[in-house]
Amino acid sequence: MKRAIPIFLVLAGLLVAIAVANPYFLEPAGFLGFLKRVAPLAILAAGQYFVIVSGEFDLSVGSLVTVEVVVAARLIDGDEAMTWPVLALLIVIGLLVGLVNGLVTTKLRVPSFITTLGAMLILSGAVFLWTGGAPRGALSQGFRVFGREGVWAVLILLVAVTAAVLLMRADFGRTLIAAGDNERAARLSGVRVDRVRVFAFMLSGLSAAVAGILLGGFAGVSAQVGQSLEFQAITAVVLGGVVLGGGRGHVVAAIAGAFTLEALFTLLNLHGISGALEYAVQGVIIIAAVAAGGLRLPALRLSPSKV
Amino acid sequence: MIALVANPTRAVYAALIATLAIGWALVAFDGGAFTLNDIVGIQQRSAALGIVAVGQTLAILAGSLDLSVAYLISLVSLVAAETMAGQSSNILTAVVVALGVSALVGLVNGVVITKLKVHAFIATLGVALVIRGVLDHLYDGPAGRVPVDFQQLGYARIGPIPVAAILWAAVAVAVWFLLRRTRLGNRIYAVGGDVEVARLSGVRTDRVVIAAHVLCSLCAGVAGLLLASRLGAGAPTVGTDGGYDLESIAAVVLGGTALAGGRGGVAGTVGGVLLLAVLDSIFNQLEVNSFFKDVVRGVVIVVAVAVYARRTGRRAS
Amino acid sequence: MEDTPQKSPAPEQVILRMTSIGKSFLGVRVLRGIDLSATAGEVHAVVGENGAGKSTLMKILAGVHQPDEGTVEIGGETRSFAHPVEAQRAGVAIIYQEFNLLPERTVADNVFLGREPTRRGLLDRAAMDAATSRLLDELDEHSFGPRDMVKDLSVAQQQVVEIVKALSVDARIVVMDEPTAALAEHEVELLYRLIRRLQGRGIAVLYISHRLREVFDLADRVTVLKDGAHVATVRTSDVTTAALVKMMVGRELDAYFPPRADEAVIGEPLLTLRDAGNGKLDGIDLDLRAGEIVGIAGLQGSGRSSLAKAIFGAEPFTRGEITPTRPANVREGVAAGIGLVTEDRKAEGLVLNQSVRDNALLVTRAIGRGGRSHRSTAAVAALLEKVRLRPPRQETEVKYLSGGNQQKVVLAKWLTLAPKVLLFDEPTRGVDVGAKAAIHDLMRELADTGTAILMISSELPELIGMSDRIVVLRDGRVAGHLPAGATEEAVMALAAGAAGAAA
Repeated sequence: MKRAIPIFLVLAGLLVAIAVANPYFLEPAGFLGFLKRVAPLAILAAGQYFVIVSGEFDLSVGSLVTVEVVVAARLIDGDEAMTWPVLALLIVIGLLVGLVNGLVTTKLRVPSFITTLGAMLILSGAVFLWTGGAPRGALSQGFRVFGREGVWAVLILLVAVTAAVLLMRADFGRTLIAAGDNERAARLSGVRVDRVRVFAFMLSGLSAAVAGILLGGFAGVSAQVGQSLEFQAITAVVLGGVVLGGGRGHVVAAIAGAFTLEALFTLLNLHGISGALEYAVQGVIIIAAVAAGGLRLPALRLSPSKV
Repeated sequence: MIALVANPTRAVYAALIATLAIGWALVAFDGGAFTLNDIVGIQQRSAALGIVAVGQTLAILAGSLDLSVAYLISLVSLVAAETMAGQSSNILTAVVVALGVSALVGLVNGVVITKLKVHAFIATLGVALVIRGVLDHLYDGPAGRVPVDFQQLGYARIGPIPVAAILWAAVAVAVWFLLRRTRLGNRIYAVGGDVEVARLSGVRTDRVVIAAHVLCSLCAGVAGLLLASRLGAGAPTVGTDGGYDLESIAAVVLGGTALAGGRGGVAGTVGGVLLLAVLDSIFNQLEVNSFFKDVVRGVVIVVAVAVYARRTGRRAS
Repeated sequence: MEDTPQKSPAPEQVILRMTSIGKSFLGVRVLRGIDLSATAGEVHAVVGENGAGKSTLMKILAGVHQPDEGTVEIGGETRSFAHPVEAQRAGVAIIYQEFNLLPERTVADNVFLGREPTRRGLLDRAAMDAATSRLLDELDEHSFGPRDMVKDLSVAQQQVVEIVKALSVDARIVVMDEPTAALAEHEVELLYRLIRRLQGRGIAVLYISHRLREVFDLADRVTVLKDGAHVATVRTSDVTTAALVKMMVGRELDAYFPPRADEAVIGEPLLTLRDAGNGKLDGIDLDLRAGEIVGIAGLQGSGRSSLAKAIFGAEPFTRGEITPTRPANVREGVAAGIGLVTEDRKAEGLVLNQSVRDNALLVTRAIGRGGRSHRSTAAVAALLEKVRLRPPRQETEVKYLSGGNQQKVVLAKWLTLAPKVLLFDEPTRGVDVGAKAAIHDLMRELADTGTAILMISSELPELIGMSDRIVVLRDGRVAGHLPAGATEEAVMALAAGAAGAAA
């Protein structure tokens, strides 16, 4: 958890800076608005965290989010009665995609980078094949309420964060991080490494489903809704001090990484650095954050680990 | 069949021939036919991706990867088109400037990875974001103008063969030669295969990785020039619209180069790119929905890597 | 010698002289006052038990470690190496047990990596191939060529590639670290011939081995190290096997070991192997009985670790009768109450970036056994108290612990299983003296409470001090049984096959 302290300091600093620039941020409505914006990315970051900490990648979540939103719009097509069945279906789709990603990665031994890259192509191709090229239909009011109403979004976020923390404290989470740290030692202790990894991919798929539900309400139906979200989620996780390659980092820090990223965007907007340079700043910050983390490590290794 | 699969490069060419044959049959059955024009079209379409993928092969062989190529291509197309500003006399300057920018980006990638010890995924993603920010900040749409002379690069043919294809072939042969016949090539394989062994043999591994990234970016730069010549202008989205970052990685891996580095080569990558292009072409002929193409492409890539993984797995056990 | 005409070196041309070498790691002295010299064309064996300091000494020569005191002279010049590459340039080549080769590249590529010849700026493959071919010819090696991929070669052939690599840099000193450990019998003969050829070229060969037969076959002189100190350097013609063994092991058994098991404590067999075998083991008969510590002795490569991994289920037996359970994989082994304390703690035993607590609970969590109470802070504290972890902090990441404390955490991990059978592979390697005694005590306590224990150790005093009975392995088979308190000479004789019926 010590590794995570810097990200919380940075986040706190950013939040203060936002509040100074825009006092509205401190009012309940203002802060709720921020939380609502952050919720989808934070949930995706939590999902991505499970995969990364087990030593893998999930590049498919962005297109999975798009799939979820497009499927929902087409199936609901404005019909309120369809809301709940479709919500259930979306969750199933998310879990299923994660299951396939996990099985292909562990059983067929395809590097997860390639597995999920393939899944990305397949998912986006398949959904537009089905809808004939552009999103069709419409979401119901009952569906949109989750992403639109700050209270709902915050509630879902809270549940997701709590669930993620509990999972990482449970046997599953501890064996998952052990598998990411030292696969061989984990196997020789009886850990079902493949199974926990598959489960991690399913959690990532689930997080994409939930993020899709929120974004559908928040941002509406479009073919671009999930675009490059996978990279944003990975960025957030890495910003939180989680190491690519697995075995190190805390889920709360990963979520804090998502908050930091969103706070950064908010602040840049407030200062009139709109959309464009936002990316450049994001790029520099992610490299700097990882470089700082990486450069600290050799110093740590000098401690008495070698005898 | 087993012998074919035992060597990924051979496997990808076997798949290429099989796809061509099946495609030919399907198209014929459908009442159409492959013409010389289609073949030329395949070469045209694959040239840009091919050039990027050849460069990406170098990065991957060295045990790295480059996610910044797509944005770099856009940047180069703009830099080149604006420098040319419609004047033939500016072509040389523009090419030099464009390649200079590319080399610089590659240098940054390489230095961040080796000296700051940032995971290649994050390093090149970060650089990609920086370029994106610059692009979005400076450009709203196409800019600059490419003189007609330079557009020959994208459209002219020598006999039946498009100049673009010749350019691709030249880049591929150059990189093949580099990998086979130079110290740097030899060391790229060594560093990607086992960094420690390379280091203990006296190889300056950081330099090798940096060189691989500079060359990879130069290839992306060439692709950017090609695309600018075809568009007649620079465009801030030409790289990302083509999905050159992930597609080039996919093509390399499809060609049998191991994502972990140290194994594979340019020949396989060329086969991988051609396979993707032929698939594309067949689907065009059959007038298959373009989204179906994505699905097939995704399946092909995953299945190919699964097949290669089975092979290496058996050897290891 | 059947050699190509070489400039025959002056008889006593000293190539290497290491004088008064001393080295400490974290305040622990591992080498002191070591002298070692070698002349051109000499094979000089370096022997000693595990932990005697052989590998540290060789790593100093190779530039991996820097000596705290003493000097290294090569060809009469004092040298200090900051990096292995510098040592290579000075003519020192080391052939490790783990080869430093690229499997996906050709033999010639590997030989010339880092100093590829060029012609007009281009790689001169013809020259590489020709030079490699010539060296292979000189070594009389025709079973493979410069263009073959290293991954397609056998272990013995890869060793030849390493030697060719050494020759291609004009190495004057070649160090071989247990070169026969992974070789089959007929391959050892080939290695002998190779070494003779190196000798003929005027190269000094430092030959590190446990196998005294090889030492007498090959070496002109032998240097004996013990506990990081220099015992003697003698001509092999002036010494007998027995005398050499005495110099290596002649240490007072001053170490304290817990008392052995009472006959009454030893109970029923908890695991019985009859004619068991797999790819590396054959015809193993063994009983592991409740309350008993069985010591497994044998040279490196004799199948000791394979035996532990087979019983555990990591590299399962494929034939023979194993009762009551023959685990087909690790999970079955763990479920049957079998634990394995692996030889390589860091690679196979611990998840280093996780806390003591997470490591201690790893097995419990992996098999989902026990309820919340087993995972409580109090339960873990009790566990850590039991293994005498000092200080018993639960949140420390294990990578920051000393070797001894790390091993205690591994033990804690298996104690949560309440194991029926616990297998120890080199349980005190890299462990300080205090922790060593604690681990020994723990092993005996476990046995006394009815666990069957199997212990592998290369340190003979430990093996003899701890075991209620000793089984000696050689070439994957049981070479013999010895009672408690057997002599080191007796164990060595069986293990090395020196006595009579040897291979």
